[in-house]
Amino acid sequence: MTVSLVPGASPETALAIADLTSAAKDVLEGAFPPLWVKGEVTNFTAHRNGHWYFTLRDRTAQLSCVVWARDVRRIPAPPDEGMQVMARGQLSVYAARGQMQFMISAMEAEGEGLWRKQFELTRAALEKDGLLDPARRRALPRFPRRVAVVTSPDGAALHDIVSVITRRNAKVEIVVVPAAVQGETAPESLVAALDRVARWRDADVLIVARGGGSREDLWAFNDERVARAIAACPIPTISGIGHEVDVTIADLVVDHRAATPSAAAEAAVPVLAEVTATVRALGEAIRAAAVLRVRDASRELRRLARDLALRSERAVERRRARLQEVAARLEALSPLATLARGYAVALSATGCALPSAALFRPGMPFALELRDGRVHATADEVHVRRSTPGPPRSPEAPRAAPGAAPGAPGSAR
Amino acid sequence: MTFEENLARLEAIATALDRDDLSLEQALALFEEGITKLKDASAELAKAEGRVRQLVEKAEGVFEVNDERA
Repeated sequence: MTVSLVPGASPETALAIADLTSAAKDVLEGAFPPLWVKGEVTNFTAHRNGHWYFTLRDRTAQLSCVVWARDVRRIPAPPDEGMQVMARGQLSVYAARGQMQFMISAMEAEGEGLWRKQFELTRAALEKDGLLDPARRRALPRFPRRVAVVTSPDGAALHDIVSVITRRNAKVEIVVVPAAVQGETAPESLVAALDRVARWRDADVLIVARGGGSREDLWAFNDERVARAIAACPIPTISGIGHEVDVTIADLVVDHRAATPSAAAEAAVPVLAEVTATVRALGEAIRAAAVLRVRDASRELRRLARDLALRSERAVERRRARLQEVAARLEALSPLATLARGYAVALSATGCALPSAALFRPGMPFALELRDGRVHATADEVHVRRSTPGPPRSPEAPRAAPGAAPGAPGSAR
Repeated sequence: MTFEENLARLEAIATALDRDDLSLEQALALFEEGITKLKDASAELAKAEGRVRQLVEKAEGVFEVNDERA
């Protein structure tokens, strides 16, 4: 009797399923090195344990795929249902289900779809928190004395920044805050460096920089945590990341986006000669303004003095005019003026005016005062007219009789 | 006051001195302050020397700016 000893060749040598699947796995993995495949994503599931499961398919075939959690973080964003992707992985066997399985370590979508998707997701999250609001942007200091630079301590970016700043203003101090700017640890490293700058607070402006590189190289600057750390920085921030064409999430949250590290240095630091000129011009402006102010004040003083002189002159003039007016009125009222026109006034022996016939008695001596002299006379007859009211006899008249002065103005009428 | 603050104050003083509603006394006080600030700013410009240094956190929240480059 011949019993084949080849495993699985007979019922007696039947294989355990685990042994077969394990052998199949070895064969498949040996036959296929890691390779790229392309297909359409369907049935995508992000499992709680961090792994992704989905199927890649085309018109006639499909392939079960898995991305282990440790590889998930290297992929910018989960793919959308129906998305055309290229995936790099290892063909293998999933023994528990007896299934062929493709273990993916890298994935790209047509037209960098995954990068763009992640970029948009991060941008939307930041926008929702108002971190992209242009109103948040602060003005850069015009005369920084100390510039903090978060970058790799031995990168080309730092070299460019130092040479540009030194050329523009050799007196500005540059404080390097080292950080990894690429690789998986870069986001944490950048966040830690930014946090140090924020707590230190002793710089006037911060530059976050990295030289040019591939999209993957710059990816740390698209990290949401890095963006939030930049947004939280208490001093004004400038980005100089990659080349002109590269726009990262970090560029969206800084106060000033410069295209390159060199441009960031230029934006941060003005040329010393310009600063010196500004200081000098300010000094001149202040001196000139003060001189002008003093000149204005002395001119004002002179004007006031002139004004005062003019006013006192006018006051004297006004008083003189009033005096003349009063004098003219007095003149008009004086009985002398009446006499001058040819009238006479009768005076008693004591010199009082006798404006009424009733004040006379026959035989009474009196005098007539005329323009150019006095005539002494005696009353012959006295006729008092009853019909006319006569001169203002009462109440003055009784008092006028003994020879009081108030009678005098009456005599002029 | 930092250099930046000094210059900001100087600009404010220059603007204020240009206004007419200032008394002579106020103007002269501002002028005096401006001259002081100008001296400070000029001294700052003269004394500062550029250096490339590195920020080191010696302990939690204790910072040192080191001349040694890592």
